[in-house]
Amino acid sequence: MAASTTNGFKVIGTRPIRHDGVDKVTGRAKYGADYAFPGMLHGKVLRSPHAHANIKSIKIDKALALPGVKAIVTADDLPKLPDKMEAAGEQAINLNHLSMNILARGKALYDGHAIAAVAATSSHIADEALRLIEVEYEPLAPVMTVEDGMKPGATILLPTLRNKEDGPDKETNVAAHLQFKRGDVAEGFKQADYVVEREFKTAMVHQGYIEPHNAIGIYNADGHATIYCSTQGSFVVRSLSAAVLGISEGKIKVVPAEIGGGFGGKTTVYLEPLAVLLSQKTGHPVKMTMTRAEVLRATGPTSGSTIRCKMGATKDGKLVAAQCWLAYEAGGFPGSPVGAGAMTILAPYNIPNILVDAYDVVVNRPKTAAYRAPGASNAAMASETVLDELAEKCGIDPLDIRLINGSHEGTPQTVGPPFKRIGLIETIEAIKNGEHYKSRLTGPNRGRGVASGFWFNVGLQSSATINIHTDGTVSLVIGSVDIGGTRAAQAMIAAEVLGVDVNDVRPTIADTDSIGHTDVTGGSRTCFATGWAVYEAAQDCIRQLKERAAKLWEKKPDEVVFENGMLSPAQPGGDLKPMSIKQIAPRLARTGGPIVGRATINARAVGPAFATICVDVEVDPDTGKTQILRATIAQDVGKAIHPAYVEGQMQGGTAQGIGWALNEEYFYDDRGILRNTGLLDYRMPTCLDLPPIETLIVEVPTPGHPLGIRGVGEVSIVPPPAAVANAIYHAVGVRMTELPMSPSRLLKAILKKRAAGETQAAAAD
Amino acid sequence: MANKVIVETTINGDPVELLCEPRQSLLEVLRDVLELTGSKEGCLTGDCGACTVVIDGRPVCSCLMLGVEAAGKNVSTIEGLATGAALHVLQRKFLEHASLQCGICTPGFLMSAKALLDRNPNPTEAEIRYALAGNLCRCTGYDKIVRAVTDAAATMAGRSSRTAHGGAVPAETASGMVSEMLAKGEDK
Amino acid sequence: MHAITYETPKSLDEAVKLMAAHGEKARALSGGTDLLIQLRAGTRRPEYVVNIKNIPELTRISFSLQHGLKLGAAVPCIEIHENGDMRKYYPGLTEAAHLIGSLQIQSRASVGGNLCNGSPAADATPALIALGAQARVVGPKGERMVPVESFCLAPGRTVLQPGELLVEFHIPAPERRASDAYLRFIPRNEMDIAVVGVGAALTLDMSDDRVVAARIALGAVGPTPILAAEAAKSLIGKPLDAAAIDNAARLAIAASSPIDDMRGTAEFRRHVVGVLTRRTLAKAAERARE
Ligand SMILES: Cc1cc2nc3c(=O)[nH]c(=O)nc-3n(C[C@H](O)[C@H](O)[C@H](O)COP(=O)(O)OP(=O)(O)OC[C@H]3O[C@@H](n4cnc5c(N)ncnc54)[C@H](O)[C@@H]3O)c2cc1C
Repeated sequence: MAASTTNGFKVIGTRPIRHDGVDKVTGRAKYGADYAFPGMLHGKVLRSPHAHANIKSIKIDKALALPGVKAIVTADDLPKLPDKMEAAGEQAINLNHLSMNILARGKALYDGHAIAAVAATSSHIADEALRLIEVEYEPLAPVMTVEDGMKPGATILLPTLRNKEDGPDKETNVAAHLQFKRGDVAEGFKQADYVVEREFKTAMVHQGYIEPHNAIGIYNADGHATIYCSTQGSFVVRSLSAAVLGISEGKIKVVPAEIGGGFGGKTTVYLEPLAVLLSQKTGHPVKMTMTRAEVLRATGPTSGSTIRCKMGATKDGKLVAAQCWLAYEAGGFPGSPVGAGAMTILAPYNIPNILVDAYDVVVNRPKTAAYRAPGASNAAMASETVLDELAEKCGIDPLDIRLINGSHEGTPQTVGPPFKRIGLIETIEAIKNGEHYKSRLTGPNRGRGVASGFWFNVGLQSSATINIHTDGTVSLVIGSVDIGGTRAAQAMIAAEVLGVDVNDVRPTIADTDSIGHTDVTGGSRTCFATGWAVYEAAQDCIRQLKERAAKLWEKKPDEVVFENGMLSPAQPGGDLKPMSIKQIAPRLARTGGPIVGRATINARAVGPAFATICVDVEVDPDTGKTQILRATIAQDVGKAIHPAYVEGQMQGGTAQGIGWALNEEYFYDDRGILRNTGLLDYRMPTCLDLPPIETLIVEVPTPGHPLGIRGVGEVSIVPPPAAVANAIYHAVGVRMTELPMSPSRLLKAILKKRAAGETQAAAAD
Repeated sequence: MANKVIVETTINGDPVELLCEPRQSLLEVLRDVLELTGSKEGCLTGDCGACTVVIDGRPVCSCLMLGVEAAGKNVSTIEGLATGAALHVLQRKFLEHASLQCGICTPGFLMSAKALLDRNPNPTEAEIRYALAGNLCRCTGYDKIVRAVTDAAATMAGRSSRTAHGGAVPAETASGMVSEMLAKGEDK
Repeated sequence: MHAITYETPKSLDEAVKLMAAHGEKARALSGGTDLLIQLRAGTRRPEYVVNIKNIPELTRISFSLQHGLKLGAAVPCIEIHENGDMRKYYPGLTEAAHLIGSLQIQSRASVGGNLCNGSPAADATPALIALGAQARVVGPKGERMVPVESFCLAPGRTVLQPGELLVEFHIPAPERRASDAYLRFIPRNEMDIAVVGVGAALTLDMSDDRVVAARIALGAVGPTPILAAEAAKSLIGKPLDAAAIDNAARLAIAASSPIDDMRGTAEFRRHVVGVLTRRTLAKAAERARE
C-alpha cells in the first residue's frame, strides 16, 4: 500500500471508524426491507415467462378473489406517457420506455418483464395470487444478440423505434449509431509496421449487489406519497416515480434507507412507482421486495457486446491508428452504455488517427442499467488485449508500450477538450516500480498480464448543510446515500475544514424534503461533488463564525482569522484570546442565533480516473480453469480522503472485474429464457476465488477541486478482464477474445491450439 | 390451512415463545415476527449467506430453515453478538479494518466468522476463506474481511485469559479507537 | 409459498405412518436445502412437510470394522466430515459430503436428501455408488434395499414411492488396501454445482499393485448418476499404471452421456470426465496404498 501522506491535513488521509459503523456491525442499521408500518400490505410482481410476446389479455378476477388479496394493477393503471426523450428531473429519458419497463404495455420484451403487480396481506398470499392471474401471450421470435437485432429483416422489438441514419420510415432495432473520428485511419494504418485486429464478444453481466431491490409506498389521502427504498439516488427515485405515476414531484417524498450495494443498478426505478400505485389503490402502506431471481431477470444488468478493434503501431511501439466498432445490447429498451464504451476504448492513449463506430441495439433481454464505469470494461477488454499483442510484436514490455503512448495533460480526448492534469502515467509507473511486477513469476501454466483503464467520472449537483450545536459538535446533512463510507469521508472533510474532531461531526443522510437536490451516489461523484459541497458549507460556517467572533470582539469580520480550528483576531495583541468552535458555540444564541452553513453546487471540472492493474494467473490446461494468484491495482485517486475506503473501492472493482473475466454471464436458452437465475449459477467470486488484492494509491490532484479529489468508485473495474486475458495468454499461449473466459471456453481454445500442433507456449518470462 | 403454531425456542440466550405459520422460514420469523431485522435476505436460496445465524454452534442460512424447526434450538443472531454495550472483537475488527462498504453482508459474515472462531480459535487464512465461502460480498473483494477475522482471532487469543466475553470491548471505546488509530497513523 | 402442515415425528414408526397416511401429499424434510427452494419456487407443492431429523435411525452414524457402516439418511454433512471413522475409512464419501455447498449448507444438508432429490449432479451419489452403498427404504408396504446406482430414474425422479422413506445407507466394511475418492469439477472453488463428478473405490492386491476390485461412478454427465461398470471392470487384475488408468478414463467417457447446459458444454464435460477419472483413480489408489 502506498503511504498516503497527510501533507498538511489533520483528518484527511487518516482512517477513522465510519460513523455508521456500529449500526452496521450490530444489525441495527435499517435497509429498505427492514422497515415496516402498521397495516402494511405486501406486493409482488407477475413476470413474463416469454422473452418476446404480445400480451393478448390479462385476467385478474380469480386472483382478486383469493382471500387476503387487496389490489392488482397492470399497465392500464399507469398513465400513457409520450414516446420521446423528455426531462424527468435532471435526466433526459424516454418516459414511455421507463413506464413500459415498470409494467409491460401490450408486449413483453424479455423473460422476467413485469406484467402485473399484486398487493395482499402477506407476501405468501401475494405469491399465490400471482399463480392465479391468467395472461394470454402470443409468443414472438426472440432477438437475443446484437447480430440478430441488426440484420436486415430482423424481428422488431419496438415498432415505433427509429434512428437518425435510417430515417423516420424504417423500423429498426438499432436505437442509435454514434461515430467518433480524428485524423485519417487509412493513412494512419499505412504508417504502421504492425497491425492487430480482433473481434471480441462479452457476455451480459449483473452488478450483483447482495441486497435485492425494495420499496415501500405510502400514499396519503391528501395526495402526498412517501417512498422508503434502498436507492443510490433519492432524488432520481422522486422524479422518475412522479413521472411514471403522473403526479408532481413535490408531492413525493423519498426517504433513502441504507443501501446494500448498487454499483449503478440502483439509479433507476422498478418497484417504487408500483408500491405507491398499490398503496393508492388500497389505502395501505405497501412493501415490495424482489427475489434474487427477479433481480437477475429484470434489473440491472450491463450490456453484452460485440467489439472489433484494430490498432496499428510502428516498430518502436508508437500507436499510429486505431479503428473500433462496438455494438452493445441495450436490453428491451434503448440506452446501452455503448457511447461510453466508444469514448473510453482509446482514451488512455494518444493516437493520431482514430475512427470509432458505436451501435445501441435493442434485444430481448432486460433493459440494461448502469454498472460501474458502464461500457468501459467491455471496451478495454478489446483495446487492452490488442495493445498487449502489439507490444509483443514490437518486442516491447507491455507497460512500456503504455508509457510510450499513454495519455497525459494535453492529450486530445476522443470527444471534448484535451485532458487536464491526469495520472495514467503515474499508475503505470506505480505498477512498473512495484514489488509485484518486479517479482519473478515461475512455474508451469502461469502468466502475468497488465492492463490500464479510463473512466470519465461525473460532477453534477449536491447540497450540504452543517449545523453547529451549542456544545461545539456539528451535524452534517447531505443527500448522498452511504454506499461504502460516504458518511465517514464527508464528515472528515467537514472536520478538516472546521478544525474539529471527526467524531464531533455527526453525518446524516436526509430525505428529499430535508436537503437540497443531490444527484445519485454513482458516477464516482460523491466524494468529489458532495465533498465539494461539504467543503463549501464548512467555509460558509467559518464565514459566519468569523462574524460572530467579530461581534464578540467588537471588530469587523475581516479582522478575524480562522486557522487550525481557532478564531483569533487578525492583529495579535490585546487581551482577546483565540476561541475554538467549542468555545464560541455556547455563545451563538447571544450573537444572533444558530449557525447553519450551507452550500449547493453543480460541480464541473471533473477529474477523470485511470488505473493500471497487474494480475498473475495459473491455468489448469486439462480443465481450462484459471486461478488468480496475485493482483495489484494502481489507481489515481486525486486525494484519498479515507484511504481505507479508497482501497476498498479499488479492491471491490478489481474483484468484480475478475468475476466478469472468469465466470459471470447471463445464460439464455434458445427461447430466450434466463437459465441461471440464482447466485449459485451466476457465479460471482467467493473469497476462495480471490487472492488478497493489493492496492497502490496514486495521488494526482484534480485541478480546480478545493481538495484535489478525483472520483474513485468506478475505474477499478475497467482493466481487470483484459489483464486476466493477457495473463492467460502468457500462461498458456492462447488469446481469449470472449468473456467470460470460463473453463469451457478456455479449454476449447487450449485444445484447439494443441490440435494445431503449436505446443510451444508463449514465453511468460 | 395456514394454521399458526406456537414455537418455543431460545434466541440470543433468551427463551422465546412465538407464533408463526409453518411455511415461514426462520429468516421471516426473525425479521417479520420478532422484528430482528439484522439478519438480511439476499437470495432465499442459501447462496449468499446474508441471513446466516448460528444454531447450536453451527452456521445456518436462516432462509433455508423453517421457523418451526427452531423449536428447542439455540439460535444466535447478529443482534446477540455484542455483549450489552460491548462490541464483540469481530465487530470491532470489522470496523477497524473497514471491512464493510454497504454493510448488507456484514451480519452474515460476522456470524459465520463467529461460528468459525468458536470452533477454531486459530484458523489459517485458507481456513478463514473456506469458512466464509458461503457468504458473498460484492463490495470489498474480501481482502479487508479476511484481515479483520485474522486480526480478531489473534486479538482473542491474546486476551482470552483476561476477559470473560471472548475479548469483547465496550462499544464506547469505538470512538476512542478513532483517536488511537489517528495516533498510530494506521498505514500498513 | 403455499400453506403447509408441519409434522415432526419422533420415531420411525410414527414417521412411516404419517407418510403412509398422506401418501403423495407428504414430503420428507431433511436438511431442507433442496426442498425449501423447491417449495418456494412452487415446483413441489406438498400439503404435509414431515421433518425427519428427530428420528434416531435417520440421524446416526454407526460403524464397525466387522459390519461396516450404517449412515442415517438425515445426518448433516458436517457431522460426516467431523466423524473420525468416516474420514479414515470412507474418505471419498466424506469429501463428497464436505463439498456440498458452504458450511451453512453442510450444517443442514444430508446425504439422504442429496440422493432423494434425484439430481444427476448430486455430489454424494457417485461416492455412494462407488462404495457399493445400499439404500434402506421403508414404506407402507414394508422394507426394501435398493442399490444406490438404481435409485435415481431421471432428473428429480427416484424409485421412492409415495409414503416411502429412505432410512439409511448400508455400506460394506472397508477391505485392507482399499479406499475411495471423489473429485468434481466446478468453475469456482466452492459454492457450485458439479459440472462433472467422479467417484471411485479401489481394492488393491495385498502383494502387488494389481486391482482386485473397482467401482467408478459419474455425476452430472447423464440424466442420472452413472455406474461406469465397463471402466471399472477394465482395471480388474491389472496393475494400476498410466495405461490402465487412461483406458479406464476412455471407457468412463464412453459411459457418459452429457448435455450442453449453463454449467458446461457436452464436449467440455466429456473431456473432463476423462481428466477427473484419471485424477480420482490416482487419488483412490494413493489412499489404498497407505
Ligand atoms: C447454496 C447451496 C449449495 C449447494 N451445493 C451443493 C453441492 O455442492 N453439491 C450437491 O450435491 N448439492 C448441493 N446443493 C443441493 C443440496 O444442498 C443437496 O442436494 C443436499 O444434500 C440436500 O439434502 P437435504 O438434507 O437438505 O435435503 P432436503 O432438501 O431436505 O430434501 C431433498 C429432497 O429429498 C427428499 N428427502 C430427503 N430425505 C428423505 C428421506 N430420508 N426419505 C425420503 N425422501 C427424502 C425431500 O422430500 C426432498 O424432495 C446445494 C444447495 C444449496 C442451497
